[in-house]
Amino acid sequence: MELLSPAGSLPALKAAVDEGADAIYLGLKDDTNARHFAGLNFTNKTMTQGINYAHDRNRRVHVAVNTFAHPNRSQAWFDAVKKTHDMGADVLIASNIAVLEYAATHYPELELHLSVQAAATNVAAINFFKQFGVKRVVLPRVLSYQQVANLAQDSDIELEVFAFGSLCIMAEGRCYLSSYMTGESPNTVGACSPAKFVRWEETNQGLESRLNDVLIDRFSEGENAGYPTLCKGRFNVEGDITHALEEPTSLNTLSLLPQLNNIGISALKIEGRQRSPAYTRQVTKTWRAAIDAMKKSPGEFQVQDEWNKCLSALSEGSQTTLGAYERTWQ
Amino acid sequence: MKFSMGNIQFYWDKESTSDFYQKVADSSVEHVYLGESVCSKRRELRLSDWLDMGRELSKKGKSVVLSSLALLEAKSELATLKKVCLNGELEVEANDFGAVEILSEAKVPFVAGAALNIYNQHDLKVLLDRGMTRWVAPVELSRDWLINLSKGCEDIGIKDKFETEVYGYGYLSLAYSARCFTARSEDRPKDQCNLCCIKYPEGRKIDSQEGLELFRMNGIQTMSGTIQNLINDLPSMEGLVDIVRISPHSLEAVEWVKKFRNALEDKSRISLDGFCNGYWHKIEGMKAIQ
Repeated sequence: MELLSPAGSLPALKAAVDEGADAIYLGLKDDTNARHFAGLNFTNKTMTQGINYAHDRNRRVHVAVNTFAHPNRSQAWFDAVKKTHDMGADVLIASNIAVLEYAATHYPELELHLSVQAAATNVAAINFFKQFGVKRVVLPRVLSYQQVANLAQDSDIELEVFAFGSLCIMAEGRCYLSSYMTGESPNTVGACSPAKFVRWEETNQGLESRLNDVLIDRFSEGENAGYPTLCKGRFNVEGDITHALEEPTSLNTLSLLPQLNNIGISALKIEGRQRSPAYTRQVTKTWRAAIDAMKKSPGEFQVQDEWNKCLSALSEGSQTTLGAYERTWQ
Repeated sequence: MKFSMGNIQFYWDKESTSDFYQKVADSSVEHVYLGESVCSKRRELRLSDWLDMGRELSKKGKSVVLSSLALLEAKSELATLKKVCLNGELEVEANDFGAVEILSEAKVPFVAGAALNIYNQHDLKVLLDRGMTRWVAPVELSRDWLINLSKGCEDIGIKDKFETEVYGYGYLSLAYSARCFTARSEDRPKDQCNLCCIKYPEGRKIDSQEGLELFRMNGIQTMSGTIQNLINDLPSMEGLVDIVRISPHSLEAVEWVKKFRNALEDKSRISLDGFCNGYWHKIEGMKAIQ
């Protein structure tokens, strides 16, 4: 079982390699990937340096070209595929049919992974994407552990699951909440709840966070004020002020590690290309230790307190959950 | 330009559903969508009921399409999807690539639903080769996007090979989740939801703390807080759109077919107070341009 760490920058990539990630995933500095944030991602130069750094240490680099190509600018997505191939990256992560087909016909030797943004949750959907020669599928964070186990049994394709990080409450790639509120779609612009729409304001009623002028949350003193990702806001449902969709919390599957290994999951993905190199370093280190401990003696695996402590400190709202893996969360 | 009545995305009881389709049968709408696309637990009507209803509507001259589930998680849902896709009578709207796979493998022509991520001409070409006859655009696409896409289709020689449909009226489906928000709002676990959606035939409102209508929860689906209404935009759909969908939240939807058809003929406009149309105009979906 491979550990796949996020890198939003060259220092993050190096940190992930140094701390024992088997592979690192990254994106180009444009809207062809789903973490298109200012100051993030890789230029030609840093990508070459990053690939060399990883390859010199026998690690693999996955490049996410996982937004959806615009009809009048499809070439930008095809160029991103070409760049991924020509620069010697090991894997292309894609979700858009146009991108998958382009890669399959132009670079058949380039290993293809189906991005979580493609939202393939069932065997029939996975079979649809097999026509492009997809080798691995990254599963959306909407499936329970049993549903993941069923897929592992019913499909012969490699499966990758999210192990840790911020949690999309919606099926990835099928959420328009952000474009409804800001006009910019994660699917086509590459960012959810983009920072340029965020405003913070101290008011008499507390600290307010807004996204494109819409009040997302209001915090009283001492409350942990998180980034206004719109699905994690506090809203009014017929008089109840509540986290109507989701609370600020992060996914943490440490306790599921032996089970995920048993059902033959190929890779564990750490979310967070938008986070700092320090985040990547600490999360990678913790998960490396956990995976190594589990591999050494699967029967005796126990989650160490220090791992959970470290991961909680790095989590949204300092809370973690097993997410959809655990039925009660649903 | 033709009009369609979308499938009911909310959970209505059998009687209300039958009453609604009686009205639809007597309306001037050309295309009718039936079936459950949101939650597999909603079983007021079974597949055989939908097929019966489809037959009745066909007799009245409607072109009928069976909508399929958008988010599939359990194996049992995939089994049901197969039955829906291979029903042998009605054309099917595929709302997940699993449905596209089942239909194309069986060589059954299909409608590509708005829940599929289809954003450009290359995507459409792949689906056309697999048997797509009609494309329902994702709700977030603008007129500009459709113009670019139409040019793109022309470039690769597929422009007139399928119909294009857009959501013209109704609450928009914005997201699907593992979580059932309606059950959660009643403090019920999802697997003991008691089918409580049936109490909210127009969904449950989610407002900002300042009273702005943001979203509507409808089981595992999150919808727009306001109704999208593109009635004033019909002239700008000329040459881009073949079918305009009215998505029902009440019996009133049937009246809107009439209003849209009249507006198309006499080019009249209405006030958009309380509606949105932002997506079509390439701005925030929740906004309205008069």
